[in-house]
Amino acid sequence: MIHAAFLIPLLPLAGFAVLAPFGRKIGNPIAGWIATLLVAGSFVVTILVFVALFRLPPDQRSVTEHWFTWIGVDRLQVGAGLLVDPLSMTMASFVTGVSALIHLYSIGYMRHDEQYAKFFTYLNLFVFSMLMLVLADNFVLSFFGWEGVGVCSYFLIAFWFDRADAASAGKKAMIFNRIGDAGFLLGLFLIFERTGSFTYTTVFARLGSVGTPSLVAIALLLFLGAVGKSAQIPLFPWLADAMAGPTPVSALIHAATMVTAGVYLMCRINPILHLAPDAAHVIAWIGVATAFVGATSACAQSDIKKVLAYSTVSQLGYMFLAAGSGAYVAAIFLMLTHAFYKALLFLGAGSVIHAMDEDQDIKNMGGLARLMPVTGITFLLGWLSIAGVPPFSGFWSKGDVLENAWAVTPALWAVGALTAALTAYYMGREYFLVFRGERRWVEARPAAAGGHGVSDHGAATRADLQGAGMQGAGMQGAGMQGADGPGEDVHASYTARGLHPHDPTWHMSAPLVVLAALAVLGGLVNLPFHPSLDFLERWLDPVVGATLLHHHFSTGALWLFSIVDAALALGGVAVAAALWRRRSDRPALEPRFLFMAWFVDAAEDRVVARTGSVLASLTASVVESRIVDGAVNGVASLVRISGQRLRRLQTGYVRTYALGLTAGVVILIAYLLVRVGS
Amino acid sequence: MSVHASWYLTLAALLFTIGAVGLLVRRNVLVMFMCIELMLNAANLTFVTFARALNDIGGQVAVFFVLVVAAAEVVVGLGIIVAIFRRKVGTTADDAHLLKG
Repeated sequence: MIHAAFLIPLLPLAGFAVLAPFGRKIGNPIAGWIATLLVAGSFVVTILVFVALFRLPPDQRSVTEHWFTWIGVDRLQVGAGLLVDPLSMTMASFVTGVSALIHLYSIGYMRHDEQYAKFFTYLNLFVFSMLMLVLADNFVLSFFGWEGVGVCSYFLIAFWFDRADAASAGKKAMIFNRIGDAGFLLGLFLIFERTGSFTYTTVFARLGSVGTPSLVAIALLLFLGAVGKSAQIPLFPWLADAMAGPTPVSALIHAATMVTAGVYLMCRINPILHLAPDAAHVIAWIGVATAFVGATSACAQSDIKKVLAYSTVSQLGYMFLAAGSGAYVAAIFLMLTHAFYKALLFLGAGSVIHAMDEDQDIKNMGGLARLMPVTGITFLLGWLSIAGVPPFSGFWSKGDVLENAWAVTPALWAVGALTAALTAYYMGREYFLVFRGERRWVEARPAAAGGHGVSDHGAATRADLQGAGMQGAGMQGAGMQGADGPGEDVHASYTARGLHPHDPTWHMSAPLVVLAALAVLGGLVNLPFHPSLDFLERWLDPVVGATLLHHHFSTGALWLFSIVDAALALGGVAVAAALWRRRSDRPALEPRFLFMAWFVDAAEDRVVARTGSVLASLTASVVESRIVDGAVNGVASLVRISGQRLRRLQTGYVRTYALGLTAGVVILIAYLLVRVGS
Repeated sequence: MSVHASWYLTLAALLFTIGAVGLLVRRNVLVMFMCIELMLNAANLTFVTFARALNDIGGQVAVFFVLVVAAAEVVVGLGIIVAIFRRKVGTTADDAHLLKG
C-alpha cells in the first residue's frame, strides 16, 4: 500500500492538468467539484498509506519511493522520489484533509466569481506543490515544492488582480519570499559542498564529518528560508498584506499549510539543529519575539482578516519557539492543531465577510451570533481553541510548547506565556466585536423608518456612527438591543442597508463544523498525562526521537504549568469580555504603534524600499545618463573631435601631399642610414 | 673605357633631386607631371647602373616594368589633367583643391 504514495501528489496534479486547459469549458460548479474530489481522493490515499506505515515496526517506518534520477551530473545526483515516514505522512494527512475541506468551502465561497475554474486550478497546483514539499526525499525536490507553493501563493494573493492592493500584495509576498529563498538556496549549496548529497537520509548520515560552524551556517541559512516562507521577524509584513486574496486562500495557504512549511523544514533538519545548538537558540528567540510582536499587533487591527493574519504570524512564532527549543513534536502538534482552528477561524471570517457584503471592518459588525448560528458557534470554538482554554486543542499544544520553552530557559517561557494571554485577549476582542454587542452594521436611523429606507444611505450613516463615537453608538446600541427580541423590528431595520446576514450554504458550513470538531478534539493526539497517551510523540519518534529535547518535569510541575496556562487563557478571555463586550471603540487600547505592527513594515519600507528607490533613481539619473550614455556619447564625440582636428591635414593641395611624401622618404632613408651606420 | 658606376649614380641622384624639387616648387600641373617622369627615369638609370655593375639582368627587367607603369600613369594622369582643364581656366595645381577636408 505504501507504493501507492505516488498518488498523493499525483491526484491534485491531475486536477491541475485537467482544469488548466479545460477548466473554463467545464465551468461552474463542476470544475470546483473535480478539484475537490481529487484532493479528497488524495486525502483517502494518504490515510491508506498512513495506516500501512503504521503497521510497520517503528524502526522500519522510513520508506523511500524512488522514481527516477531527476538531475544527474557527475557527483550531483538528485533523485525524484518520496520519503514516506511519520513526519511526512503527518504533514501530508493534515495538508490533504484541510485542503479538501477548504476546496469544498470554496465551491460555495467562489460561486459568483467569474474566474471560478482558474481559482481551483491554482488551488490544485498549490496542493500538489505543498505535497511535493513535504513528501520529497531530498532537499532539491522539497525546494521545487517550496517554490511551487510560493508561486501559487502569488497567483492566489493577486487573484483579484484588477484590485491594486491585491496585485501589489502578491508582488510583496513574492519579493519577501525571494529574500528567504536566497538563504534556502545558499544553504543547499553549503549542504552539497559539505556532504556531497541532497538526499535527507544521506545528508543526515554524513553530518558527523561536517564541522560545527558549517552546521550553524546551514541551519541559519535554511532558517532564513523559513523566515521568509513562514513570516517571521523581520520578513513578516507580507502575510498581513496577503489577506487581499480570497478568504479560502488565506485559510489554506496563509494559515494552515504553506506558511507552516518553514516549521516543517526545521523539524525535517532536526539532526542539523541538534548539532548546531547556537542556531537553534537563534530560532527559538526569533520565534518567541515574532509570537509577541504578532500577538500585540493583532490586538489593534480592525480588519477581521488582519487580526487573524497577525495571529498566524504569532502562532508560527510559537512553532519556531518549539522547533528552536528542540521540541519538534510540540512544533508539529501545534502546527496540526493550528491548521484546524486557524483554518476554521478564517473560513468563519469568510462567511462573515460574505454576510457583511464584503465589508471586513470589525468595527462595522457586531451581534452576528444570533443571525449566523453555525458560523458563530464554530468561530467561538475556534477562538477558545486558539486561546488555549482547556480542554480545547490549543490548550494542549500551546502548553506543550511552553513547557519545552521553560526547559530551555524560563525567559523564553515568560514571553511565550505573556503572548498566550494576549492571544486569548485579541481573539476574544474579535469574537465580541463581530458576534456580540450591538449590530453596528444596521443603519443608524430609528427602526421604524428603517423599513422604508433606501440602501444608499448606508455608507454615510455608518461614517456618522463612527464619527459620533461612543455616545452615538451607545444610544444606537441601546435601541438595537431592545429590538433584539421581536424579530419583525430587527428585520425591518437591517433590510435598510440591504444586508441579510445568514449562515452560508452547506458547502461552506460543513467544513466549518468538521474543522470545529477537529479544533476541539485535536488535542487528543498528544495528551501529556501519561506516556501511553503521547500518540504523536511515539509516532514521530523514528524521525525526531534521537534529537528530541528530553526533559523530566514532576507531575506537580506539569499540573502547575497546566494551571498557569489555563489561568492565562481564561484571564485573556475575561479581559476581552470585560473590555469589548459592549464597546467597539477604545482608542487607548489600539495605539497606532500596534496598528502599524511595530512599524516594521514602515521601517522596512523606509530603509530598504526607499533606499532602493533612491538608488534606482540615482542610477537612472547619474549612472544611466552620465556613465552609460556618457560612454556612448563620449565615443561619438571623440570620433567627431578627432575628425575635426585631422581634417586639417587634408588640404587638397597636391604640393602638401608631395611634401609629405618627400619628408617621409627622407626620414625613412635617414633612419636606414643611421641603422646601417651603427 | 668604361665610366665608373658612381658617375651614373650621381647623375641619377641629380636628376631625381631636380624632379623632386620641381614637383614641390612648381605650380603648373604639366611641369609637375614632367618632374614625376624625371624622377622615374632617375630611378630607371639607377636600376640599369646596378644591373651593369653587378652583372645582373634583373635590374634591366625592372626598368621595363617601370616604363610600362609610367606609360599607364601618363595615360591616366594626362586624362585627369585634360578633365581639369576643361572645367578650369588655369593650369595651377592649387586650383584643384576640391578634396580639402
